[in-house]
Amino acid sequence: MSILVIAEHDNSALKTETLKTVTAAQQIGSDITLLVAGFNCQSVAESAAKVNGISKVLVCDNTVYQHQLAENVSLLITELAADYEHILATASTTGKNIMPRVAALLDVTQISDIIGVESNNTFTRPIYAGNAIATVQSLDAKKVITVRSTGFDAVNTDGNADIFNIDTVTDAGLSNHIADEFTKSERPDLGAAGVVISGGRGMQNGDNFKLLDGIADKLGAAIGASRAAVDAGFVPNDMQVGQTGKIVAPDLYIAVGISGAIQHLAGMKDSKIIVAINKDPDAPIFQVADYGIVADLFDALPELESKL
Amino acid sequence: MKVLVPIKRVIDYNVKVRVKTDNSNVDLSNTKMAINPFCEIAVEEAVRLKEAGIATEIIAISIGDKSCQEQLRTALALGADRAIQIETDLQPSESLDSINIAKLLQKIVEEEEPQLIILGKQAIDSDNNQTGQMLAALTGMPQGTFASAVKVEGDKVNVTREVDGGLQSLALNLPAIVTTDLRLNEPRYASLPNIMKAKRKPLVVRSASEFGIDLTPRTKLLKVTAPAQRQAGIVVKSIDELVDKLKNEAKVIS
Repeated sequence: MSILVIAEHDNSALKTETLKTVTAAQQIGSDITLLVAGFNCQSVAESAAKVNGISKVLVCDNTVYQHQLAENVSLLITELAADYEHILATASTTGKNIMPRVAALLDVTQISDIIGVESNNTFTRPIYAGNAIATVQSLDAKKVITVRSTGFDAVNTDGNADIFNIDTVTDAGLSNHIADEFTKSERPDLGAAGVVISGGRGMQNGDNFKLLDGIADKLGAAIGASRAAVDAGFVPNDMQVGQTGKIVAPDLYIAVGISGAIQHLAGMKDSKIIVAINKDPDAPIFQVADYGIVADLFDALPELESKL
Repeated sequence: MKVLVPIKRVIDYNVKVRVKTDNSNVDLSNTKMAINPFCEIAVEEAVRLKEAGIATEIIAISIGDKSCQEQLRTALALGADRAIQIETDLQPSESLDSINIAKLLQKIVEEEEPQLIILGKQAIDSDNNQTGQMLAALTGMPQGTFASAVKVEGDKVNVTREVDGGLQSLALNLPAIVTTDLRLNEPRYASLPNIMKAKRKPLVVRSASEFGIDLTPRTKLLKVTAPAQRQAGIVVKSIDELVDKLKNEAKVIS
């Protein structure tokens, strides 16, 4: 049973989410191929070859794949698909964008955002903002799947697979990349951080998010936000944790001035330890918090920073 | 240009769902239903394009039993010109797989030939995030998913997308497909006069069977369970106590 895993990368580095997707693939079968499609992505290919548990790496290095345009990459994957029974990608914005297009081109449906593998055709996935877990059996001959990375551990990277270059060029000619505007941050990636500290509406404005910086520095944490904080313009949208933002499951999640709406909890309730700092003792966040403190965040945050 | 907006009837986003005791599915009996929030944003964007003189006609479409006419009327009240319901004989507890939804929509796209199709990025019940991309593949159109800004310029549409790490902007050849993210716009409320007017707008019911598509399920729902409950936590009195607990009890900081 052959499995194709689409590597997540930015043309220079392989994302750790891919290592978790490979774990999911290992639970399905053993003959795993990693596909690196990009431009000037040889360094990614070299990292990919070190991923444990894979048989080989396919590298397709061409300018048409530079920005992971769904129209072009989906054609490439579809062309390779004949040799594979399962095609997996991380449920990142890239994977979510490309994979349903691949599924439709192959005339199959997609199993989105799996968090568990029961067998080679049966998977578990959250529905209704994580308020229910569905066990779903795929009846399609080919299984196109996206993997929620918080559901799986990462494989090691001390392997040595062979790299095969392929020169397929699939340019749909339907779309062009204009520009990227990425948020610059020295902090760990939100999806991969061991500690996350998030602010909500209670932060009152964007400047107050600086109160989280010192604590994040001391804990090596990533900084997240609730939708209310993003909608109010306090912070950029890529910091949003929740059903429609990032799904995180760090060892420690600190929610500051966040009430705990269903949609926010969907993005963080699998964290190992949850701490809530909120001045409203009735806030729903206290129902999921391991440790809560009812306090004004403007008093609590400086004190917490000084005591870490 | 003609704009097509597929919408979905889902559980109201404020309602906390309950799993049925026999674990067959979630319990939707007597539950408040509404238009999926992302679909509402899609309708709003289409209406704004019409107000800007770019869109000439907005068609709302939904697939399901008669009850989804309620959501189509909402779309009409918000500014859609006419509506299509594709009637399926499924039980409310059953649902069509995304690929079959996309195939039904493809037939309507072939009939109506819209220049722009705007969908929500995901439905908050199944949380699949597939239909827009699948429809794009089937129609051979480019896709601008997770859109936070949409600008039609000549024979192209420029879409700013919310991606991990920031924003990406693309230029797509028309006709194209756009799926909405939360930041695209703030949907308006339907006014009472518009709700009354919407009752007289055309709503055509088509049977799913007339399109000759094989709608055989591609997935089988084996069971639905409640997620693991978290153990009740404790409320600490001071920051000192919190830091002590995190260090010595939870051992998540050193």
